[in-house]
Amino acid sequence: MNKPFAITLEVGSSLANKTGSWRTMRPEYLDRLPPCNAACPAGENIQSWLYHAEGGDYESAWRALVADNPLPAIMGRVCYHPCETACNRALHDAAVGINSVERFLGDAALKKGWAFAPPAAGTGKRVLVVGAGPSGLSAAYHLRRLGHAVKIVEAGPLAGGMMRFGIPKYRLPREVLDGEVRRILDLGVELELGRKVTDIRAEMAAGRFDAAFLAVGAHIGKRAYIPAGSAARMLDAVSVLRGMEGEDKPMLGRRVVVYGGGNTALDVARTARRLGASEAIIVYRRTREKMPAHDFEVEEALQEGVMIKWLSTIRNMADEGTLTVEKMTLDDKGFPQPTGEFETLEADSLVLALGQDVDLSLLDGVPGLEIRDGVAVVGPDMMTGFPGLFAGGDMVPSERTVTVAVGHGKKAARHIDAWLRDTRHAPPPKHELAAFDKLNTWYYSDASKTVRPMLDVARRSSTFDEVVQGLDESNALFEARRCLSCGNCFECDNCYGVCPDNAIIKLGPGQRYEINYDYCKGCGICVEECPCGAINMVPEKI
Amino acid sequence: MIQQTIKFYQTGTFTVGNRLLDESQRSVQANMERTNSLNSGHRACQGCGEALGARYAIDAAMRATGNRLIAVNATGCLEVFSTPYPESSWQIPWIHSLFGNAAAVASGIAAALRMRGQDDVRVIAQGGDGGTTDIGFGCLSGMFERNDDVLYLCYDNEAYMNTGVQRSSATPPTARTATTMAVGDEPGNPFGTGKNVPLIAMAHHIPYVATATVANLRDLEAKVTKAMALRGARYIHIHVPCPLGWGSDPALTIRIARLAVESGLFPLFEAAHGELTSRTFIRRRVPAAEYLRLQKRFAHLFTAGAEAQLARVQAIADRNIERFGLLAPESAS
Repeated sequence: MNKPFAITLEVGSSLANKTGSWRTMRPEYLDRLPPCNAACPAGENIQSWLYHAEGGDYESAWRALVADNPLPAIMGRVCYHPCETACNRALHDAAVGINSVERFLGDAALKKGWAFAPPAAGTGKRVLVVGAGPSGLSAAYHLRRLGHAVKIVEAGPLAGGMMRFGIPKYRLPREVLDGEVRRILDLGVELELGRKVTDIRAEMAAGRFDAAFLAVGAHIGKRAYIPAGSAARMLDAVSVLRGMEGEDKPMLGRRVVVYGGGNTALDVARTARRLGASEAIIVYRRTREKMPAHDFEVEEALQEGVMIKWLSTIRNMADEGTLTVEKMTLDDKGFPQPTGEFETLEADSLVLALGQDVDLSLLDGVPGLEIRDGVAVVGPDMMTGFPGLFAGGDMVPSERTVTVAVGHGKKAARHIDAWLRDTRHAPPPKHELAAFDKLNTWYYSDASKTVRPMLDVARRSSTFDEVVQGLDESNALFEARRCLSCGNCFECDNCYGVCPDNAIIKLGPGQRYEINYDYCKGCGICVEECPCGAINMVPEKI
Repeated sequence: MIQQTIKFYQTGTFTVGNRLLDESQRSVQANMERTNSLNSGHRACQGCGEALGARYAIDAAMRATGNRLIAVNATGCLEVFSTPYPESSWQIPWIHSLFGNAAAVASGIAAALRMRGQDDVRVIAQGGDGGTTDIGFGCLSGMFERNDDVLYLCYDNEAYMNTGVQRSSATPPTARTATTMAVGDEPGNPFGTGKNVPLIAMAHHIPYVATATVANLRDLEAKVTKAMALRGARYIHIHVPCPLGWGSDPALTIRIARLAVESGLFPLFEAAHGELTSRTFIRRRVPAAEYLRLQKRFAHLFTAGAEAQLARVQAIADRNIERFGLLAPESAS
């Protein structure tokens, strides 16, 4: 005993006292599903690529993005961004401008020439893709990355499908489309243009393909019976928009009437204005609220001088271009009913934009294949009733947007890959949704959305220059940093800071944290103060 | 936020750390190498605000002094839960003497260091509200008036929690404690009692006085860092919720501390030589009831007939907001 007066024990550390034994509830880290990811038809991990973009590492952000979607520059222009509609930040101030950051990343990749990671080792399997639209390109990209040999056969003269022959240049400049298509072909995807596949089984047998993905799209304009004089000029929207890609632009005249209420109707009317029409009038049988077209597109069209006649149907078209239009009224159920009141409209041409049908002739005689309501029936694995034959995009039941088509391509590719390996693709279970009430918004400061600059209206209605401009680096970074990182740890150190018991172990940059259950008393402060809802309290097994 | 000039949007300016910030601008608590002055294994209750406040403050002081620091502790929860003989949670030179003499012991240590010419070693005294505003008040006032080179930290949880939640002179009006039961015409601690020690400290005209809270780490660290850059007597009064004594959910410790600030009941300010020099503005103003409702010690304020009492508490919050100018100019209405 060589201790000071009245001291009998060595000095000890409180670490001997394992206060973790007090716990009845334990905090656990988890990833929740951010609403943007949950809403993305292409299954992008948006929160993850924004995380990289926030740090200014745009190439990593782009690589995380293209793991799911090979067409970010196109998406950043034509996607209707359901992610932004779902964004939790909308409940705080305004949704994060995800679409504009996506476009910034896509454009940066094209400018800097970033290439995809090389494909996996060859599997020896061959897959035929019919149609080089968004769905076919997406499937080809994913299949090629998985190591399969892929050949696309496209009936049109150029790749892109509706992205080239349906979406006007002022929304999607062709060099952007060409750049993103080329990058997919550079992976070693074979593309044959200008040949229509007429018999899918014969085509597969001839090319010794192990599986096929059909994505021929919907290119036949729907007609409506409108009695018309023999000299009346009546066209369909698909032909007009397709004609814009050729040498001879469609002759629409000075006064153009477009019949329909979808985005295609707006595209045609806006195209007509750019071709020099002094009047471009959309006739739609219901009201603006009922219009299937997106509101911002209606707004842009109105700014450009497009006129819209609501609650009207076209009864007939006389030789000299006089349209008889009947006024409609909405009944209790919201359906338009005729009123018996008529008026006349003068038009040099009438363009029908009433939707599109699919040319399914290549499927004639395929056993087991079912066609319902003019589209091919596929299972949850995107496979038709004929083994090895998959289909996606506009030719299967869907919302018919570019993003949905890209999502079909990815999903089909995963199932085709599994099918070729004689297994089944089982997607991992989805995380629980990171709803707004899981966030602690105290920690997010206010910052309003960065609005993308718009081209002057005068230039918009006379040229095909792109209407919506991109963000530059400083405001793209600002926009990315507005992300709340819902449900996914962004290493803000809050848990590490607020624990009264030092029971959170910080593992270092990119490594997140661990909980030291020897000392965690289970108070739950870390859960309460986590800004993004990435910690959960669960009962201890007692 | 006075102490962080770069504005971040994703992470806000309000989280403990920020991976996008330059290392030198991050908080002490975000640092993997922080001292952890008060280590794991201490016996504080779940969600203890005082344990958190003490680590925040002492870690910041350790960084500010290059780890040349001695801490004196008054009797109280902090002392009892951190050092049951022979264990200690303290990872710094630390001494405890009596309940009422922490300021005097610290003055003595400062004098001894001066005699030995060790002006690089700094002294902190710390205690709860009981040891500061009641029992140790004479020693504290003496330390102030002599302008001894000590930073005194008071962790205010508004009653004697260690001995069973008895009223102190820092207990707010209407709060139920073991000695101010929620009975009679004016249930809980009576109005018109108690004292405001930060204002009394200012009346000593010492170099630095500040209030801080566990709900605003960066503000707290900036104040401790500033205090350690000064010489002479300094005082920081830190608001630390006590789940046991206040009857609140341990998980809500920080939220409750935040609501105390946002309601105006606990104003955050700084003063130098007796003059108010800055205040931390309220970010999202809330009624006092939002703060009170989460604590069982105020449960009687939410029963029928207690409206007048509740209104009097709200009046205190309103007066603080006006007196200390707690609303940012653009949001003042």
